[in-house]
Amino acid sequence: MSEEAKAKILEYMKTQKKTKLYFNDLCKAVPELKMREAKKVLNELVEEGKVKYWSSGSTTLYMLPGEDDVAAEEEKMK
Amino acid sequence: MALKHATPMLDELEKGPWPSFVTDIKRMAARKPMCEDLLGLLEMSYEHKEGHWKHGGIVGVFGYGGGVIGRYCDRPDLFPNVAHFHTMRVNQPASKFYSTEALRKLCDIWEEHGSGLTNMHGSTGDCILLGTTTDQLEPIFYRLTHELGMDLGGSGSNMRTPEGCVGRARCEWSCLDTQDIIYDITIKYQDELHRPMFPYKFKFKASGCPNDCVAAIARADCSIIGTWRDKIRIDQEAVRAYVGGELVPNGGSHGFEKRKLDIQKEVIDLCPTRCMEWDGKNLKIWDEDCTRCMHCINVMPRALRPGTDVGATILCGAKAPILEGAQLSSVIIPFMKMEPPYEEFHEFVEKMWDWWMENGKNRERLGELIQRLGLREFLKAVEVQPDPRMINTPRFNPYIFYDPADVPGGWERDAKAYRERHHA
Repeated sequence: MSEEAKAKILEYMKTQKKTKLYFNDLCKAVPELKMREAKKVLNELVEEGKVKYWSSGSTTLYMLPGEDDVAAEEEKMK
Repeated sequence: MALKHATPMLDELEKGPWPSFVTDIKRMAARKPMCEDLLGLLEMSYEHKEGHWKHGGIVGVFGYGGGVIGRYCDRPDLFPNVAHFHTMRVNQPASKFYSTEALRKLCDIWEEHGSGLTNMHGSTGDCILLGTTTDQLEPIFYRLTHELGMDLGGSGSNMRTPEGCVGRARCEWSCLDTQDIIYDITIKYQDELHRPMFPYKFKFKASGCPNDCVAAIARADCSIIGTWRDKIRIDQEAVRAYVGGELVPNGGSHGFEKRKLDIQKEVIDLCPTRCMEWDGKNLKIWDEDCTRCMHCINVMPRALRPGTDVGATILCGAKAPILEGAQLSSVIIPFMKMEPPYEEFHEFVEKMWDWWMENGKNRERLGELIQRLGLREFLKAVEVQPDPRMINTPRFNPYIFYDPADVPGGWERDAKAYRERHHA
């Protein structure tokens, strides 16, 4: 169940125009899950490094590791 | 000491009688090149009349989704020492009780791994450590947790670091053990504190009495404010001593000279519900009309004290004016005993969060959601019955909400047509 949900979330993220997505938006990928369950799945994805957090300080969003990535941005600064 | 960058506009902020943050940063700049570049960048922002920080990005240390606020300078070519200038939020001890040893150690760690600049405390209550680089985040976190037993606080769409007043530790009016409540919320909701899951931020604040020293009613999505449900305790001898000029009113807050208290003018006439009477010898209080404003207790602390059957009023929905304007919390549970293990409170919190998570829009605070969907929907979700104490004037504000499903025959109404006739 968890693996299936993870795949759905990753697929959903890949098909979105925006690179950064809110938690509520990601829950649309797994409507069969309750919000708290969806959060657990997302946490697992973050732990596995397949999804990353992005925060403005006041709000947190989720993104795929990629070009618009903090690590990449920091690399450019070196 | 000669600074790397000229700062004529910042220098103006050192003039005048008040302490200056510019002077503080300059002092630190003698030891930290990061602070020199910070001054240079700030001067440039003043010159350009626009900010030069790119905010956002990194969120925390490994396993955490909060506690670090990523900040990057958009001119690293000119100010390389502040190319990264991340903020760390450190969860303050309940009621901010520190030993000087802990504070020194915290400052030593920060000076070694960061800019050395702190903001004690931020409006969330955390110790705010200003300015470090990404590679220093894990070492700082390791030392905070292993050497000081301190943790990161909340940021982003997390539950934020809960905050409480000094409580029973030092205040005779406290109706709650605020330290224990804050500790319980912090431990019980570790996952919510460190891993984002909400539509936006969520804050708890606990005040021991209705004086509300942490301004929970104005700042917290869920305010826990101490109260009592029996009678105000009166020492009539002490009341007469205030009136006779033997005791200093207001606990000396407005001057220590002894003077006769004009009890009629300074207390009775200022009672918002007129629930007190002074016959020249005795003070009478109709406690059933008292709204716990605390004024009489504040003026005559030796004579009046809160009752002994204590607990908390739980209020929800306060926020600062970002989207819809500032909002104060509304009473949701007029009285809860708030005793360990706080099961009743936890049940309420979880129902409230479930409703907010299911219905809240992105970046919508709980108070805004209650305003959008209505108090009735919120009360249904948290399984609380409407109560006249939830509103200001029960005779003018309807507080009993009938549901068509509960009334035989029900009814239909056109809400859109109603709104056209009655603009919100």
